[in-house]
Order: sequence, then structure tokens, then C-alpha cells
Amino acid sequence: MSIEPTLSTDILVIGAGPAGIAAAVSAAECGRRVLLIDDNPQAGGQIWRGTNIDQGPVSARGWLQRLESSNLQHINGCRAIFLADSNLLIADLHGQRCAIRFEHAILTSGARELYLPFPGWTLPGVTGAGGLQALIKSGLDVSGKRIVIAGSGPLLLAVAATARRASAHVLCIAEQTRAKARRNFAFGLWRHPGKLTQAIRLRAQSIGAPYSADAWITQAEGDDRLAAVWLKHGTRHRRIECDLLACGFGLVPNLDLAQMFGCTITGGAIAVDKSQRSSRQNVFAAGESTGIGGIDKALIEGRIAGFAAAGSADKAAVLLAVRARTQAFAKTLAKAFALRDELRTLATPETFFCRCEDVPLSAVRAMPNMRQAKLASRCGMGACQGRICGSAAEFLFGWRDTASTRPPFTATALSNLISPSIEASQK
Amino acid sequence: MSPLEYIEIFVDESAHRVIRGNTVAAALLNAGVIHWRRSVSGQPRAALCGMGVCFECRVSIDGQPHQRACQIVCTPGMRVTTHVD
Ligand SMILES: Cc1cc2nc3c(=O)[nH]c(=O)nc-3n(C[C@H](O)[C@H](O)[C@H](O)COP(=O)(O)OP(=O)(O)OC[C@H]3O[C@@H](n4cnc5c(N)ncnc54)[C@H](O)[C@@H]3O)c2cc1C
Ligand code: FES
Repeated sequence: MSIEPTLSTDILVIGAGPAGIAAAVSAAECGRRVLLIDDNPQAGGQIWRGTNIDQGPVSARGWLQRLESSNLQHINGCRAIFLADSNLLIADLHGQRCAIRFEHAILTSGARELYLPFPGWTLPGVTGAGGLQALIKSGLDVSGKRIVIAGSGPLLLAVAATARRASAHVLCIAEQTRAKARRNFAFGLWRHPGKLTQAIRLRAQSIGAPYSADAWITQAEGDDRLAAVWLKHGTRHRRIECDLLACGFGLVPNLDLAQMFGCTITGGAIAVDKSQRSSRQNVFAAGESTGIGGIDKALIEGRIAGFAAAGSADKAAVLLAVRARTQAFAKTLAKAFALRDELRTLATPETFFCRCEDVPLSAVRAMPNMRQAKLASRCGMGACQGRICGSAAEFLFGWRDTASTRPPFTATALSNLISPSIEASQK
Repeated sequence: MSPLEYIEIFVDESAHRVIRGNTVAAALLNAGVIHWRRSVSGQPRAALCGMGVCFECRVSIDGQPHQRACQIVCTPGMRVTTHVD
């Protein structure tokens, strides 16, 4: 049997988004051995995906340069798959198993989008909002394409900006939140000047893309691809022909890693103390996975976690006030973009609720919880392991037992799992 | 900024020129492939999340099935096979 590479490090950071990069760089600056891994082909996470180190926004450039010049070890295309013991992680590195021994781990697994089922949501041409942005950043050519952006949250504006820079026609941005709530959000931003300027810049870039608050998707039409969408705006219905629909209803923390490490999860996010330490003594967490709050929160929490894991709590102490501000902003954000009740009734009984196993809403709606729904219908048991429908179920039905992905939580070659003793196989 | 560099990949045996650095999902869509999988009940599907979460973008790459097209960057001579599961 081939011997898999075994790596060893003081501090293992999982997820190379802003939080992970800040954590890794900060810990390395304290003189610790640091290994940063990420599933993606490139570092940068969601926001800095595909950012060229010589271009891109200043903060992205700064951090990516620090990452490059830091003496930490950094591996892309490497996905955490299971924890063999509290200090040994098994990862999939380009289809090969690799074992990583570590003292402390920092979980910076970020967030994913919330998708809600509506008629037509499985049609090719319907993507997530951030999903479309990620595809554009990874090379999708949208020039001349007619795009409708729908859902909720500041991300919609960022997606519009990306699409327009790539020469797409953004026909409409439909934001479900009530106009009043969004004004409050804009007002609340004054307490967070960095955010305000970002919002204005994004808004300015997306000028020309009609923006409607109080508007939401009700249906997507097409045969084997998207042809048109229906929006509801207040009490009016409107049909718009388009090539692409980019639709996301905000973000939800990725908790798979936290579950794998046995960390306590509270209110849908990894619970951490003041030094970003989780309920597990040697495990820290930072960024969107400890609560949705955007880039500033991710960076500051990442730095605090990096310093704390490296044993330099004094360096973290001066950052606490800034963190409190970014966390307050996160609360403002959640309130301003709370999802309206109408979104719970978009799907018809025939609409697929679980798109991996093609389970219609009618098969699960009467169930008391996710466990029962799985047993009765296979919903949540397909390739995504309930990541898409589980998050939807939390919003639609209030189910709380949806975070049930088990290691290995993404499909991985069986050969990566069969050897029971990693240490033994090295001898 | 460095000029764009092109490489060649094969999608179901036909050759396509793609920009170096593009993911397989972007390359498929740019090549006019609208969907590249059927769901368990036979519906056409393509990329949803673009970030490795939903598994809707699965293809076979160089004989390896169930690869997420959105997470894999094209390499010269890569062979992508659609509609394998
Ligand atoms: C699709 C999308 C687009 C977004 N676009 C913007 C934007 O344009 N502007 C903006 O201000 N905010 C955007 N956001 C919000 C964004 O979450 C934050 O601004 C910021 O990226 C958060 O940083 P983070 O480090 O916490 O997480 P992320 O940037 O999400 O980074 C987490 C990283 O962890 C990796 N990872 C997760 N699990 C594993 C595992 N098991 N093994 C290995 N690696 C793993 C992921 O691949 C990812 O690279 C976007 C969010 C999403 C979901
Ligand atoms: S598009 Fe969702 S995993 Fe690739």
C-alpha cells in the first residue's frame, strides 16, 4: 500500500478565506509553524476568489502579499475530510489521502448561500447569487447576457457589480427586504464607515441596474434551460425574460468542520469565547463560520484567533474593540435583511425540495423533523448531504436537526478512508 | 497584466480552447454546454453554487467520476465527460 504523505504543524488553519489568511499570517508572525489548507484551487475564499495579487482591492492585495511572503506552508486543493483523533486530520489532497498532525486548529470554513425552493429553481441558468459571482470570477463569460439578481442581502449588489464589470446586462436586482428595513440598514451603516463606503462604491458601480426592494422571485420558467422569471413586487407580478437568474437569500455559516471537531454550535454558528476559542481546548474559529458579518469581522477575528492559538494573547487584546464593532454590524445586517414570511410559500407541492434526490415538497412538508423526513423520503441524503435542503428546512419548517452531515462530509474516494490506522501504514 | 493564455481541453471528445486558469464549470458554460448532468428523475442540471457545496456540477474528468466542475481548474489536454451520472 502506498504511504500517504504525513504533514505536521503547530497550527493548522482550515479555510483560506480572509479569516484563514489573517489567522495563518498572524500565527506565523508569532514564530509558530503554520499550515493553511483550502479546498479551492486558489487562496482567497469567497470574496477574494480569483483576485490577482497585483490588482484587486487594496486589502485583498495586502493580505495576499503577506500570505506569499510569510513562511507558513500553504496548500490548495486540499479538503479536510475527517478527524482521526483530536490532533490528527485526514484530508483529501487532489484525490490522495494525506494525514496532518497538529497541535492547534483554527476553523475558518466561511459561509455558504441560503437557497430556497421555488418553481423552476432547478433549471440550468438558475444559480446562486454568490454562485454566479464565483462562476464569473472563475472564468464564466457573461458579456451580453441578460441577468436577473434576486434574493436578499448586500451580496446582491456585489454580484451586480461583478456582472456589470464583466459586461452583462443586469436587468433587475430584486431585494426581498422591505424598503424601510433597508433604509435602516443604510442609516446603521454610519456607525461603520468602512462598510458604508464599500456599500456606496458597490452601489455606484451597479448604477443602471434597477434595484427594487420589496421584490422577490416567485417562479423561473423554461424547458431545459431558464427562459424567464416571475417577480412579485409588492402586490404586482412581473415577468422578465432573461438568460441567467442569480438568486440567494443570504448566507449561512459552514458548520461541517465544527461538527467534525466536536465544537459546540449555538444559534447556527460556532460558539467561541473572547479569544475565538471554541468549546474544544485546542480548536479556534473565526470569520463567517462564527456568525455572518462580512470581511471586516472575518479579518479581525482571524487575527485574534491566530494570535491566541500562537499563545500571544497580548497581541490579540488590542483588537477586541474593533471586533466588537464588526460584531455589532453583523447584528444590524441580520436585522435589516430578515427574510419575509412570503418566502416560505414559494414552492408548490410538486417543487423539488431536495434537488439531489428529487424529493418534492409534498413528501416532506408534514414531517416533524429532518430525521423523519430523511427516513421517509431520502431528502438530504444525496450528494450534497443536505447542505442545500437542510438550510432551507431550517427557514421553511423551523427544523433544528438539519446539520447532520457525517464525516466524510463530502464525497471522497473510498481508498482515502480504508486504512484504519494511519500511523501503522507509515511504518 | 499578463496577456491571456489559452489551453485546449476535450469535452466529450471535442476540442475546446479555454483560458488558462478557468474552472471546468466556466469552460463548459463558455463552450455552450447548458447542462451536463441529469438528476435522479432525469431533469437537466448545471452549476448552482459555484463553490463546491451543491454537487450539481459533477462531471467525469480524465476518467475520474463525480468531480465538481466548479472546483477544478482546466489543465492542458484534460478530458471532461458529461452526463455520466
Ligand atoms: C458565494 C459568496 C460570495 C461572496 N461574495 C462577497 C463579496 O463579493 N463581497 C463581500 O463583502 N462579501 C462576500 N461574501 C461574504 C463572504 O463570506 C465574506 O466577505 C468573506 O469572504 C468571509 O471570509 P471567511 O474567511 O470567513 O470565509 P470564506 O471566504 O468563505 O472562506 C472559507 C474557505 O474555507 C474553505 N473550506 C471550507 N470547508 C473546507 C474544508 N472542509 N476543507 C478545506 N477548505 C474548506 C472554503 O473553500 C473557503 O475558501 C460572499 C460569500 C459567499 C458565500
Ligand atoms: S456548482 Fe455547486 S458544487 Fe459545483
